[in-house]
Amino acid sequence: MSALDFVVLIGSMLGIAIYGIWRTRGRRGLNTYLKGDGRTAWFAIGLSVMATQASAITFLSTPGQGYLGGLGFVQIYFGMPIALIIIAAVFLPIFRRLNVYTAYEFLGWRFDRKTRLLGASLFLLQRGLGAGLTIYAPSIVLATVFGWPLNLTIISSGLVVIIYTVMGGSSAVTVTQKYQMAIIFAGMVTAFCLLLEKLPAGLTFPDTLALAGGFQKIKAVNFSTNVQERYTFWSGFIGGTFLMLAYFGTDQSQVQRYFSGASLREGRLGLMFNAVCKIPMQFCILLLGVLIFVFYQFERPPLFFNATLRHYLAEHRSDPQLHGYETDFNSIHTQTNRQLEDWLKARHGGDRSAATAAFTAALTLHQQGEKIREAATKTLAAVNSGTTANDADYVFITFILQQLPHGVIGLLVAAFFAAALSSKAAELNALGSCTTVDFYRPIIQRDATDTHFVAVSKWFTAFWGLVAIGFALYAHLVENLIQAVNILGSIFYGVMLGLFVVAFFIRRVGGTAVFWAALLSQTLVFVLYFNLTISYLWYPLIGCAACVILSVLLQTFLHDVGEIKKSQT
Amino acid sequence: MKRPTAVKSVEPEADDTGLPWLRTWKGVYVAVIISFVLWVTMLVALTDFFS
Repeated sequence: MSALDFVVLIGSMLGIAIYGIWRTRGRRGLNTYLKGDGRTAWFAIGLSVMATQASAITFLSTPGQGYLGGLGFVQIYFGMPIALIIIAAVFLPIFRRLNVYTAYEFLGWRFDRKTRLLGASLFLLQRGLGAGLTIYAPSIVLATVFGWPLNLTIISSGLVVIIYTVMGGSSAVTVTQKYQMAIIFAGMVTAFCLLLEKLPAGLTFPDTLALAGGFQKIKAVNFSTNVQERYTFWSGFIGGTFLMLAYFGTDQSQVQRYFSGASLREGRLGLMFNAVCKIPMQFCILLLGVLIFVFYQFERPPLFFNATLRHYLAEHRSDPQLHGYETDFNSIHTQTNRQLEDWLKARHGGDRSAATAAFTAALTLHQQGEKIREAATKTLAAVNSGTTANDADYVFITFILQQLPHGVIGLLVAAFFAAALSSKAAELNALGSCTTVDFYRPIIQRDATDTHFVAVSKWFTAFWGLVAIGFALYAHLVENLIQAVNILGSIFYGVMLGLFVVAFFIRRVGGTAVFWAALLSQTLVFVLYFNLTISYLWYPLIGCAACVILSVLLQTFLHDVGEIKKSQT
Repeated sequence: MKRPTAVKSVEPEADDTGLPWLRTWKGVYVAVIISFVLWVTMLVALTDFFS
C-alpha cells in the first residue's frame, strides 16, 4: 500500500468514527445506548440492517465464492423477501407495542423466565461464535496487506473493534452505518468498473458471460430437488425463508437495528428496502467473483491465493516437488489462455465447431490445472499444519492488491474495514445488550441507575469482544467464511425461530412445554447435522418445525397430566 | 432503571405507508413479491442462456 492508500484508508475510517462520536454526544441513557434515539428514518434503518448483515466476510469471501462456485450462492437469499414481509407484518408491530429492549424479553412476557433465558442463551451462543468469524475476515486483509502474523492481527484489530463499539452504543452504530455503507458501495462499484476495463480488449460482456457459463459459473438457479445439493432454488426459497426469518426476526443484532426506528412505518420500510435490494446486491458481488475468474483465465493467477500458502511456497522454492507444481500450473495456464484466445477468434469469426473444440480443450486444461492446485495443497497440508483455509477468502484481496491502482486499494481496504466495523459493532452491541437486559438485570441486580446499567452493558460488550477474538484465533480451520457463518446460524436459528412461532401463533402452549420442546429440538438438530449430509439450509426449517410440533405434543401431555392430577385431588 | 412500559399506544400511522403509489402495506408487500419474481425470472433466463 502506498501513502495515498493510507490517506484514503485512515481518512475515511477516522472521519466516520469522529462523526459518530460527535452525532451521539451527550446521549447517556440506557434506552438510547441500547435502542438508539428512536428518531431513525427508514433509509438509515434499511442501510443499518443491510450493513449489520453485510460484514467484511460478505465483501471478502463472497467474490471468492463466485470465483470458485459461480452465481449459485445467490439462491440462499431467495427466502429473504417473504421472511422480511412476515417480520414487517407480524413480528415488528408486536415488538414495538411491547416496547422491549431485546426480542427475548417478549419470550419472558409471553411464556416465563426460563424460556426467555433459553432464547437469549441460544442467541449468545451462536452470535458469540459467529462474531469470531467476523473478526477473522478483516484480519486476513490486514495480514495480507502488511504481512503481519495473522494471530497478532486478529488480537489487535479485535481490540480496536471493541473500543469503537463500547464508546458508541446502538445509536452510534446506526448513525455511522450509512456512511460505512457508502464507502462499501463506492469501493465495490469502483472494483467492478476497473475489473471490466482490465478484461482483454476483444472480450465483450456477452463473451465474458459465455466464457464463465462454459466453466459452469453462471448457473444462478438450480431447480434440483436433491436435498444433498447445498444451493438449490428449493433449499434457498423454503430453507432460506426460515433462516432469514430467524436471523432478521429473532437475532438481537438485527432486531436492535429496526427497534431504533422513529415509527412502525420507518421500521417496515427499512425492512422492505432490504427485501428488494439484497438479491441484486449479492448477485453483483458474486458476479464480481465470476469476472475475476474470467480475468484470471487471461492473466496468470498465483498457484495459491491464500497468503500463508503463497509465502510458504516462496520460501521453499528450492523444493523440487513444490517448484514442479508451480511450473506445471503455469504451463497449463499458458495453454488454457491460448485455447481461449482461439475460442474467442473462432466465436467472433462465426466458426462454431472451431470455437467448441477450442473451448473443450480449454476446459480440459483448466481441470488439469485445478488437479495440480489440489495436489500442491495436499502436499503443503502434509508438511504445514496451517494450510487448511480455503483459497476463496483470499481471491478478492489478492486481485485488489496485485491489479488495482493506488488510492483504489486504500478505498477497498477502507470498505472492508467499514463492513467489519459496522457488522461487528452491531453484533457486540447486541451481545452486550442481551447479557445486560436478559441475564444481569433480572438475575443479578434488578434495581440500579441507568448509568450503572450502561456501564455494565459496556463491560459485557467488551467481554463478548474478547470471546470473539478467542474464537477468531481458530477460524482458519473453517472451509469458507461466508458458508461457515451461515452454517453456524442454521444450526441454532431454527429452534430460536420455533420459540417465536409458538409465542406468536399457538396461544395454548405454555412456557414449560415450549422450553423442553426447544431443548429437545436443538439436540435433534445437532444429531442430524453430524449424521446427515443434507444442505445446511434445511436445518432452520427442521429445528423450527420440531420445536413447534414437540411444543404442541408436550402441551397436550402436560394438560392431560394436569387433568389427571386435578381429578385425583 | 426505568422498566419498559407494558404496552405502547397503537401507532396512528400504522396503516399509512406514506409512499406516493403504494398507499397500503398490502400493496407494498405485493410489490416486493413482484420484484422478487422478476429477479428470479431474470436469473433463470441468465442460467438458461449461458449454461
